[in-house]
Amino acid sequence: MKKTNEELKTIATQVRRDILRMVCKAKSGHPGGSMSSTDVLTALYFNQMNQDPAKWTRDGKGQDMFILSAGHMTPVYYSILSRAGYIPKEELGSFRQMGTRLQGHPSVRKGLPGVFQASGSLGQGLSAAAGAALGKKMDGDPNFVYCLCGDGESEEGQIWEAGMFAIFHKLDNLIAMTDWNGKQIDGPVEEVAGEGDLAAKWESWGWRVIVADAHDFDAINQAFELAKAGKGSGVPTMILFKSEMGHGVDFMAGTHKWHGSVPKPEQLEDALKQLGETPLGDF
Amino acid sequence: MKYTDTGKKDTRSGFGVGLLKAGQANKNVVALTADLKGSLKMDAFAAEFPERFIQCGIAEANMVGAAAGLAITGKIPFIGSFAEFVTGRVYDQLRQEVAYGQTNVKIASSHAGITLGEDGATHQTMEDIALMRALPGMVVLNPCDFNQTVQATIAAAKYNGPVYLRFGRPSVPNFTPEDQPFEIGKAIVMNEGTDVTIFATGHTVWEALLAADALEAEGIKAEVIDIATIKPLDEKAVIASAAKTGAVVVAEEHNMAGGLGEAVAGVLALNKPTPMEFVNGADKFGQSGTPAALMAAYGIDAAHIAEAAKKAVKRK
Repeated sequence: MKKTNEELKTIATQVRRDILRMVCKAKSGHPGGSMSSTDVLTALYFNQMNQDPAKWTRDGKGQDMFILSAGHMTPVYYSILSRAGYIPKEELGSFRQMGTRLQGHPSVRKGLPGVFQASGSLGQGLSAAAGAALGKKMDGDPNFVYCLCGDGESEEGQIWEAGMFAIFHKLDNLIAMTDWNGKQIDGPVEEVAGEGDLAAKWESWGWRVIVADAHDFDAINQAFELAKAGKGSGVPTMILFKSEMGHGVDFMAGTHKWHGSVPKPEQLEDALKQLGETPLGDF
Repeated sequence: MKYTDTGKKDTRSGFGVGLLKAGQANKNVVALTADLKGSLKMDAFAAEFPERFIQCGIAEANMVGAAAGLAITGKIPFIGSFAEFVTGRVYDQLRQEVAYGQTNVKIASSHAGITLGEDGATHQTMEDIALMRALPGMVVLNPCDFNQTVQATIAAAKYNGPVYLRFGRPSVPNFTPEDQPFEIGKAIVMNEGTDVTIFATGHTVWEALLAADALEAEGIKAEVIDIATIKPLDEKAVIASAAKTGAVVVAEEHNMAGGLGEAVAGVLALNKPTPMEFVNGADKFGQSGTPAALMAAYGIDAAHIAEAAKKAVKRK
């Protein structure tokens, strides 16, 4: 049953609350990119992906798969996995604590449901997603493989190796996304590395490219529907989601400074007030 | 010598035969290469299973990640390139996608060591064993001849977990039994002796057997043990033989740092301190030359092994 925009908004608000409360409790973590990709991942898991926590296995057979290439976005990832039913919400409080399944960057070593592959060292997840997409094609499994990259991450050469591989092997069951927030740890992407126009770059690579507003649920859902319609084209799709780092909280929005910084207690209080409570409840 | 060279063959061709057999036995076996299908002898597999052969172009980092993705979906991928390019070049990828990520990927590492020859130091790695040993959970295999490489490849395919399979380019004596199953983690006593033990791996096993012959002529009975599995090391076999002979030589086509020599030294230091000598490439880069000339120049041939054995015996 698809969620309404209103329902998606409620989930996304709760996820942003989770993100902030998780990083504050852990006194570390990456809230900025987590908040810029919150709406996209909410729509993906609750309206777009063919996924069922009860049937989850790491081999992804019979379901869509998702690989988080930008592995530092664990706060949003774990919150989404929890709100989608993969892990109990109480477990979110263990984020980054000794012995936790919720490692600072995704790990498969304790069998965390929903996580298909370790990530964190940047630029590698798109390759793994492409390999999984190829595996699904070999098996005649009609499901998709989704992968979320960062725009800063796309400075890694391996992203473009994967881009060439996916087009060469006609992986039209691969839907990649870039959280195009224009920010990375050291500053605006254009001031750090001069990455240029990602849309033009991916188009020149031969991919289907969709550019969409990362904070508008109609636009997000439409982008995913369009991406899925590419099945059979023999061409992978890249959705470039134009987003805002730290979206949802005024003092965090639009600046690279919240890539890997944690709000102070009074800032957390302010942020939670701005977001408002939801009926889903905090962890 | 109790072994006969049945005709010189390259160990990479043993990999090619093993890969084909593994592919025939299990439809999940797939092979990936970064533009080195011919060099890795993957042609027969690619011809018989074109849909399971995946060309990745000259992009090794992506090849590692793609193999991990395939492994997650249940495939058994063998990724093939030159040893340097499937280890040092992609160390972080192997670390995250394969070792830490616990994916069932097999790293087929050809042209290992200085016997790659004329291409020179950029293509010769003498550090790969150290790199692969350092990864938690990585199995490190280094078979000694064509027949053993066939069997090691089949064993790697059957094993569930990351495996580093090291082999080489030059034609070398083929002397182990054709159908001897390869047991991961098991050292193989090639020659029994009482005066000194020579632990050897890969191309140095034959050299060690030649050295044992030469030593016997001088009245020294050398035990030769083939360490085809460098990790997990057969510690029992290492300790037992060191205890029996009281003198040890470790020979490998690899540098000192992090190689088999240090692995054996670590086990013996803890369990059975024994006089040891090392035959390896020390702390140097390679250079252009023929394989035999390089092995002699870097001191990794039968003559140097025999010398080291005599030194070890004297230190008892």
